[in-house]
Amino acid sequence: MKLDPKVPSGPLETKWSNYLRDVKLVSPNNKRKHKIIVVGTGLAGASAAASLAELGYNVQTFCITDSARRAHSIAAQGGINAAKNYQNDGDSVWRLFYDTIKGGDYRSRESNVYRLAENSNQIIDQAVAQGVPFGRDYGGLLDNRSFGGAQVSRTFYSRGQTGQQLLLGAYQAMMRMVHAGKIESYVRHEMLDLVVIDGKARGIITRDLVDGSINKWEADAVILCTGGYGNVFYLSTNAKNSNVTAAWRCHKRGAAFANPCFVQIHPTCIPVSGDYQSKLTLMSESLRNDGRVWVPRDPEDSRPPNEIPEEDRYYYLEERYPSFGNLVPRDVASRNAKLVTDDGMGVGDSGLAVYLDFRDAIKRDGKDAIKAKYGNLFDMYENITDDNPYEVPMRIFPAVHYTMGGLWVDYNLMSNIPGLFVAGEANFSDHGANRLGASALMQGLSDGYFIIPYTVGDYIAGEELPKVSKDHEAFDEAAKDSQEQLDKLLNVKGDKTVIEFHRELGKIMWDKVGISRSKEGLEQAIEEIRSLREEFWQNVRVPGDANYYNKYLEFAARVADYFELAELMALDALDRDESCGCHLRDEFQTEEGEAIRNDEKYAYVSAWEFLDVNGKLETKLHKEDLNFEFVELKQRSYK
Amino acid sequence: MSTMTINLKIWRQKNTEAKGEFQVYKLNDVNEHMSFLEMLDVLNENLIKEGKDPVEFDYDCREGICGSCNLVVNGRAHGPKRLTAVCQLHMRTYSDGDTIVIEPPRAAAFPVIKDLVVDRSAFDRIIEAGGYVSVKTGAAPEANLIPVQEEVANQAFDYATCIGCGACVAACPNSSASLFTASKLAHLNRLPQGKPEREKRTVAMVQQMEAEGFGDCSNYAECEAVCPVGISISSIAEMRKNYLKAIF
Ligand SMILES: Cc1cc2nc3c(=O)[nH]c(=O)nc-3n(C[C@H](O)[C@H](O)[C@H](O)COP(=O)(O)OP(=O)(O)OC[C@H]3O[C@@H](n4cnc5c(N)ncnc54)[C@H](O)[C@@H]3O)c2cc1C
Ligand code: FES
Repeated sequence: MKLDPKVPSGPLETKWSNYLRDVKLVSPNNKRKHKIIVVGTGLAGASAAASLAELGYNVQTFCITDSARRAHSIAAQGGINAAKNYQNDGDSVWRLFYDTIKGGDYRSRESNVYRLAENSNQIIDQAVAQGVPFGRDYGGLLDNRSFGGAQVSRTFYSRGQTGQQLLLGAYQAMMRMVHAGKIESYVRHEMLDLVVIDGKARGIITRDLVDGSINKWEADAVILCTGGYGNVFYLSTNAKNSNVTAAWRCHKRGAAFANPCFVQIHPTCIPVSGDYQSKLTLMSESLRNDGRVWVPRDPEDSRPPNEIPEEDRYYYLEERYPSFGNLVPRDVASRNAKLVTDDGMGVGDSGLAVYLDFRDAIKRDGKDAIKAKYGNLFDMYENITDDNPYEVPMRIFPAVHYTMGGLWVDYNLMSNIPGLFVAGEANFSDHGANRLGASALMQGLSDGYFIIPYTVGDYIAGEELPKVSKDHEAFDEAAKDSQEQLDKLLNVKGDKTVIEFHRELGKIMWDKVGISRSKEGLEQAIEEIRSLREEFWQNVRVPGDANYYNKYLEFAARVADYFELAELMALDALDRDESCGCHLRDEFQTEEGEAIRNDEKYAYVSAWEFLDVNGKLETKLHKEDLNFEFVELKQRSYK
Repeated sequence: MSTMTINLKIWRQKNTEAKGEFQVYKLNDVNEHMSFLEMLDVLNENLIKEGKDPVEFDYDCREGICGSCNLVVNGRAHGPKRLTAVCQLHMRTYSDGDTIVIEPPRAAAFPVIKDLVVDRSAFDRIIEAGGYVSVKTGAAPEANLIPVQEEVANQAFDYATCIGCGACVAACPNSSASLFTASKLAHLNRLPQGKPEREKRTVAMVQQMEAEGFGDCSNYAECEAVCPVGISISSIAEMRKNYLKAIF
């Protein structure tokens, strides 16, 4: 396997403009002759599909939900970053780049991150032109809020529903192209395999989730925008249908999987309430602008929070990180929540929660001001917990939220399989070992609106792409594989449900491959994952049949893939003998619990090649060395 | 923590052509902190263990934002709690021994796929007809070039917040999709960016809505009452006005 990142040479500031200067173009007449498949219609997929169709390509989109508009991106709350510097507080493309690469703890490519920062401003322009109703000030100009990991105010927002509004903008742009006849949109279709012919991605296999039929689709390029794999933990803030299946099946066809162990655990989620829990709800990080995080200093203190006086409250983020305080990056905030609860200072019935308190902000700005900023989040919290956060502090705890790892891509966002592009959360590209808030929306839209349309064109213009037929044996083989796997799952007819297995897998992952990891724990996790995987294939019970709508069959196939991915995540975490970003290895930390990074040995992207699975996962590690030419690697400090 | 026994009466239908019927289930040990959909998850776990087909229902985010869930609970779309999608409803709303009737949203334009899952693709086609601003990627001017009055931006947001769940259709005695269509129009038509296409958009979307087989609006206002995000029916009046202006 050869991994060439294909980063253009030259100064950081001109890499992308030089690339655009030299990019190969497809003539308008020829674009019409090419078909492109876009899998997933979240921010990355909808924006890519709309933009490619506007250019004249014939696009087919696929998604699991019953409308493209319902992709998981719809749930993003807090906002989207851009380097507009409307606040005149010293922001710039360089600073956004620098914050993002530092926030990622120097485990991402300089060139990609710089391009992301460069594209950020255009995204805001595009969204506003589509009618996205961003928050505005009295003068009618765009407003900003602050997010963790930055000292400037650069986050654009639509109340607490920024993802919804941006996605609707992209979805509407996509539907405009459906109307124009340039996009065929297939909803309730799940991709089950990638078809590779002569070494190039030439199509996909899907299952029609309504009638259960297995279908073949051919194309000149496939763009995977299928989101992240946080649901491997069972409980996460991801939507219930978020999954790794499309990416994993591509991995099994030869695409390298990069940095699988980099998982972001978001510090501000509503704590687990019982074992029936099906998902976790995020409380936007923007709440940390005004909310103060604390626990009682005395683990025995059982007074209601409002009766605990100032001197008995431990505002641990403010005390430990005086310059960033409550706005430290997510990994730091999550790790500290774990430290204080490990020390017995946690609150609530389970002891697995900390307070996020708005008392002082309400005193300072008034209830109305706080309500205007966070009203819908407060309502959501009250609805779920039955507590009123205007009166008593919220209880929060970290939860799995975002996966920085994903399929390996080069500067073109192309995987090592020619013709397979990967955009949005599904790729590994821009966030290193930790993602800063409000930067996933930015990345998905940068990929979809402003990168993919050029790089896919460059690929199509430069490749020989003879017509392929759906009767090609590679299509038949992949379709047969997909059908057989489903049949196999249905035929186990065991005693334990898919959800029971998934929950058990999630617990192993949370305990041993979660906020902190150790060599010993990871080795145990691998053993446990393997034996549970074996049990799964012998004892899972999947109801019904494959030839009609059957949600639990869909879940079963996804959980089967999680069982393989889970092992790879643990292996990757075991390989990385350092702590960086969200990856904290117990063995590599200072006495105060700060991460110890090892740039000499681990400044690389780990890219795993799939060899085979036969009870045991056979993989091979490849390393893409990260060369930092423009920034100096520093120990991150938010003190 | 208190637990309850809940009696369920759920619509079961094998596929679009099949004749459906209600089936009755009893569920013990329902925890008050469970969400409504988690209660159905538990029912399904039991059914699977008993070798029976689980109840199919749509969901994704379970946070009230994706608009996938759309159950009609005791005759009311999304259940009893105002401004709450059914995925955000919690069992503490109910008491021990209660009977809950669960149906799909019923409308000619929303055929049943299985059990409680319906086909809402008609909504996509209404958006496709004109629910956008025609701006290509790359053609946008600088974002702050056109100020938008804060109040206008806020109103636009209030309409843009529609989650496209279809509760408005389920609640309407005429199965009208007026609230859904009007909310998109009210969002885009009032923004400077959306004004140039106002008339064309209004006509195209209204006509598509009719072509899909949704009924007319007779001002029952049931839609507004069940809307989980509180879209106002004043949008419908606005839609009518703009439509009449555009066609005459
Ligand atoms: C609660 C929450 C709040 C967030 N808030 C913010 C925020 O404020 N700011 C920010 O920057 N980021 C935020 N994020 C992160 C951000 O929302 C996501 O990373 C981003 O939206 C992912 O977009 P995407 O286009 O890559 O994928 P997704 O939106 O996840 O879309 C994936 C698409 O792929 C489809 N799909 C998946 N598998 C298959 C398959 N096998 N076959 C066919 N289709 C498939 C799905 O149906 C869907 O259409 C938040 C995330 C969560 C969970
Ligand atoms: S499941 Fe998304 S709104 Fe209910």
